[in-house]
Amino acid sequence: MNALGLVSMRLCAGLMGRRSAVNPPFLRFSSGMTSSQIDEEVAKLLQLKAQLGGDEGKHVFVLKTAKGTRDYNPKQMAIREKVFSIIISCFKRHGAETIDTPVFELKETLTGKYGEDSKLIYDLKDQGGELLSLRYDLTVPFARYLALNKITNIKRYHIAKVYRRDNPAMTRGRYREFYQCDFDIAGQYDAMIPDAECLKIVYEILNELDLGDFRIKVNDRRILDGMFAVCGVPDEKFRTICSTVDKLDKMAWEDVKKEMVNEKGLSEDVADRIGEYVSMQGGQDLAERLLQDPKLSQNKQAFAGLTDMKLLFSYLELFQVTDKVVFDLSLARGLDYYTGVIYEAILSQTIPASVSTPAEQNGADEAGVSVGSVAGGGRYDGLVGMFDPKGRKVPCVGVSIGIERIFSIMEQKAETSSEKVRTTETQVLVASAQKNLLEERLKLTSQLWNAGIKAEVLYKKNPKLLSQLQHCEETGIPLVAILGEQELKDGVVKLRNVASREEVDVPRADLVDEIKKRTL
Amino acid sequence: MQLKAQLGGDEGKHVFVLKTAKGTRDYNPKQMAIREKVFSIIISCFKRHGAETIDTPVFELKETLTGKYGEDSKLIYDLKDQGGELLSLRYDLTVPFARYLALNKITNIKRYHIAKVYRRDNPAMTRGRYREFYQCDFDIAGQYDAMIPDAECLKIVYEILNELDLGDFRIKVNDRRILDGMFAVCGVPDEKFRTICSTVDKLDKMAWEDVKKEMVNEKGLSEDVADRIGEYVSMQGGQDLAERLLQDPKLSQNKQAFAGLTDMKLLFSYLELFQVTDKTSSEKVRTTETQVLVASAQKNLLEERLKLTSQLWNAGIKAEVLYKKNPKLLSQLQHCEETGIPLVAILGEQELKDGVVKLRNVASREEVDVPRADLVDEIKKRTL
Repeated sequence: MNALGLVSMRLCAGLMGRRSAVNPPFLRFSSGMTSSQIDEEVAKLLQLKAQLGGDEGKHVFVLKTAKGTRDYNPKQMAIREKVFSIIISCFKRHGAETIDTPVFELKETLTGKYGEDSKLIYDLKDQGGELLSLRYDLTVPFARYLALNKITNIKRYHIAKVYRRDNPAMTRGRYREFYQCDFDIAGQYDAMIPDAECLKIVYEILNELDLGDFRIKVNDRRILDGMFAVCGVPDEKFRTICSTVDKLDKMAWEDVKKEMVNEKGLSEDVADRIGEYVSMQGGQDLAERLLQDPKLSQNKQAFAGLTDMKLLFSYLELFQVTDKVVFDLSLARGLDYYTGVIYEAILSQTIPASVSTPAEQNGADEAGVSVGSVAGGGRYDGLVGMFDPKGRKVPCVGVSIGIERIFSIMEQKAETSSEKVRTTETQVLVASAQKNLLEERLKLTSQLWNAGIKAEVLYKKNPKLLSQLQHCEETGIPLVAILGEQELKDGVVKLRNVASREEVDVPRADLVDEIKKRTL
Repeated sequence: MQLKAQLGGDEGKHVFVLKTAKGTRDYNPKQMAIREKVFSIIISCFKRHGAETIDTPVFELKETLTGKYGEDSKLIYDLKDQGGELLSLRYDLTVPFARYLALNKITNIKRYHIAKVYRRDNPAMTRGRYREFYQCDFDIAGQYDAMIPDAECLKIVYEILNELDLGDFRIKVNDRRILDGMFAVCGVPDEKFRTICSTVDKLDKMAWEDVKKEMVNEKGLSEDVADRIGEYVSMQGGQDLAERLLQDPKLSQNKQAFAGLTDMKLLFSYLELFQVTDKTSSEKVRTTETQVLVASAQKNLLEERLKLTSQLWNAGIKAEVLYKKNPKLLSQLQHCEETGIPLVAILGEQELKDGVVKLRNVASREEVDVPRADLVDEIKKRTL
């Protein structure tokens, strides 16, 4: 019974649903245009080409992606899928939901949120409607989402691409389109528990990704501010000195001090006092020691920060992650909106700055993140309030995983390892050594698909066995189901292990189970 | 604040416009959970068929997209000229796919790509359309033996729609070459092919009379030509329709149509092997419940047809007979196909002498001679 059988003479595939009309002959869809309309469009195209810079009449098609962007080929996608799968399963293990937001926002939504970095925002052309810009990170859209939907509590992750018009001269190799992978907990809760969970999540993810040893540095914006105050930094210079201190992961102290004194106008004394503090690292003990520091403990901000740092460490102890967490007074992080704890995860095996490309673009969404950094974040209690008409505050703490950096590392690992990265998950190729068995091959393949088996068959009526086996080897298909006249008569299929070349005749009825068993 | 003033002023009040851009929307966690489920079903089907996946940037060089979308080009989102390359947001996934193949000199690939695309639809004309929306494409690129990849695409659609459990569905197929051949034999001038094509395409939304009106009044076809097109476009069927049309003297002489029809036959043979013709989707949505049409291939058998039809009605069988003294067998069979009647009881001089009726299965065309006395039972058995 031929029930797929509605050959409709009416069906004109000029436009099918949302598929658009396309001209090039090698594509299936007609443009729905007459030849005179086509001539008109070609003329427009040539005119546009001339406007765009001329090519002396030659038809030179510029075949490239936009600067700072790249395609992901199937191998890269396979790695990407594996990384996302590990990360997402960790988020889900911690009870997070996910959301998605549009790739562009109203320009005014993004205005005034990124400080100096605002010049790196991609704007859309004014085409007569709203002014739009491509999202620069996932945090501002998150804050907008919370305010718009009047949400006060949510634990959410969001994995998506963001866009920054980085100047290639200054920041070699940076991508302009790259993934961010954010996890945030919004809501008023008892102090430091959600903050601790964020760190536990970073720890779990970095462990499971098997990237080698790592450290998570933590500090607190209040401790930094308190420290600047007791060292004698004028209030109005706090943020700018903060950015300078942030460069300690890339620059030596002498150069950082030079910038503070020569460019930012601090006295040498003040710079030296800062120098003493920022060389300090430790664990819970450091927090306790600093609480004994007479100057620091008198400063309200620093006291609050240090008390919370102690509390944080006690939770991290319970979460069993203290072996890799370090309280580091030199950690500053560039973005303006952090109000409390801040942290950054760094791989111990770092790659020199000149080699790594998206190194600086790891999850951190601000300038000046150190080489080897794979995650960063902190508490930002004031951001959502900026979006809410009544200024209602929703405290937030979160982390951004440096997924591009992780992709890079995994891609390098895949290249150096002997294990092939498969781009498909096919379990078996249905093949034949003899001619005129296309029908039987198609039938068997269909039966396997119907049983949920991942199967392929060559689009050739009479392929050579060798090319079929080669296809398996090239794409990593582990099994091949070989049909032949004799096998068909006997009601069996020759199931061969591609790697070992061991063959066994399997009764047709048992084939599905046999394949499942062997490709667990 | 200065920038806000530049952007349009707010009389000093802190009025935050809290919204997403027109035509775009957030996905909340519930929607994301549904989305994840749907993607998971679709992707696992693609993977079952050995497809790989790729990803491309959200924007392309403006010149890559230029000249590819005809009239729709005005719906492309451009990025502002900020001193670098001129960029535009991708309008679909097909042009980026073609650019990817050419750039990487790839000649063979079976790939899927699920991603958002962007179109500045004018809301006045197309109410409720999103400007940012997902597309989910599957494509096989490469030179292969005819119709096998085409059949696999259909198998994939079939599997996906089944697994998504959306209820009954139909997959309509046709061929650009058959359409063009049909237009040619009906007398459509070459330069009007594409525009007549768009008009015929509206048959799923408009009645034939209106479509014919557009063809004649707006597109300048003669009524004759329009009527000829009308005869063809009312045809639906399966492999049998392809075979029947290959017998059509005019159509089979047209090179394009012949090639298209031959491939259509081949396609259906593969679809048969792929088992996309099973009961679930075969059940046409019928408007009648007729079990059998009483027919005849020969002339002057109206009386006998009426007699048999009446006997079937008396036995509770749902039967029909054409209101024509001497109908062609072909039109009687066509009627069965169009309305989904599964059986036809064919009378002829010889059958009448032998006291039998030729009972034919419309879909499979299998025939068997059934003694008159057993006919009712046989029909009941077969149309449970």
